[in-house]
Amino acid sequence: MAINWFKYSSPASFYFLAGKMIPIFVFAAVILLIAGLYVGFFVAPTDFQQGEAYRIIFIHVPAAWMSMFLYVVMAFWAGIGLAFNTRLSSMFATAIAPTGAMFTFIALWTGALWGKPMWGTWWVWDARLTSELILLFLYIGFMSLQAAIDDPRRADKAGAIIALVGVVNIPIIYFSVQWWNTLHQGASVSINQAPSMATTMLMGMLIMVLASWMYSIAVILKRARVIILERESHTAWVAELRKKGAEQ
Amino acid sequence: MSWSSVSEFFSMGGYGLYVWGSYIVTFICIAGEILLISNRRRTLEKQYGLIHGVNRKRDSK
Repeated sequence: MAINWFKYSSPASFYFLAGKMIPIFVFAAVILLIAGLYVGFFVAPTDFQQGEAYRIIFIHVPAAWMSMFLYVVMAFWAGIGLAFNTRLSSMFATAIAPTGAMFTFIALWTGALWGKPMWGTWWVWDARLTSELILLFLYIGFMSLQAAIDDPRRADKAGAIIALVGVVNIPIIYFSVQWWNTLHQGASVSINQAPSMATTMLMGMLIMVLASWMYSIAVILKRARVIILERESHTAWVAELRKKGAEQ
Repeated sequence: MSWSSVSEFFSMGGYGLYVWGSYIVTFICIAGEILLISNRRRTLEKQYGLIHGVNRKRDSK
């Protein structure tokens, strides 16, 4: 049985697939969020050094990881859309950008609120903080460039350029703490060595990371569906949807 | 980790401003994003008329 990989690359079939998947991710996000916050505030102990302030980690780290990961995914889809001229891939990249920008802002905001009590300052031109700020500008650049161009297809191509050029910033952010070794601490959780964190703290954080994944997928699929409707409003299948909507 | 009282929970060991400042802003951003998307969908429907698969109860007005 040959799998037709491209069945869901058409906006119409993807629209309905996404519609079915969104409730699943919304449900998973809510459950994981509640579990994560419970573990984070009621199971994880007080930190011997930072007291209770460290509990900001349960949103700072997931947001920071998501901001980097979503940019890579956005650049991937923008690249695919540019290379294969597939409308849906570019639409998906456009759908990812606002969520990525939001997580970048949250990472910067929670980092500043964590830095004030622990480092004594809201902001410092540290390698990691600065490269994360550049990431925020890249997201905003991507969104505003696309908004500035009327023809969606040309806007996709222009956006793809920014996305692909900006992707070099992601490893810079990730390795900035080792290369420049400025104020921000190194990775306490990394793939090649055991995490140097108490297990309950780590569990709380990882549950929140999963919650942020589920949330991002749900929100991005939701926004992608709206973008599809906006761009495909001239097509027959959207007209069909509209007719069915009117009859109801 | 058992909090002895609600006020202790909110004081968060003296770091309440920072911890709750982070959490509140995060939830405002998330709620804002969700509202923006459903708002974008509603304006789309105003232009093109109702589209099947919309939550009838909420959008029936």
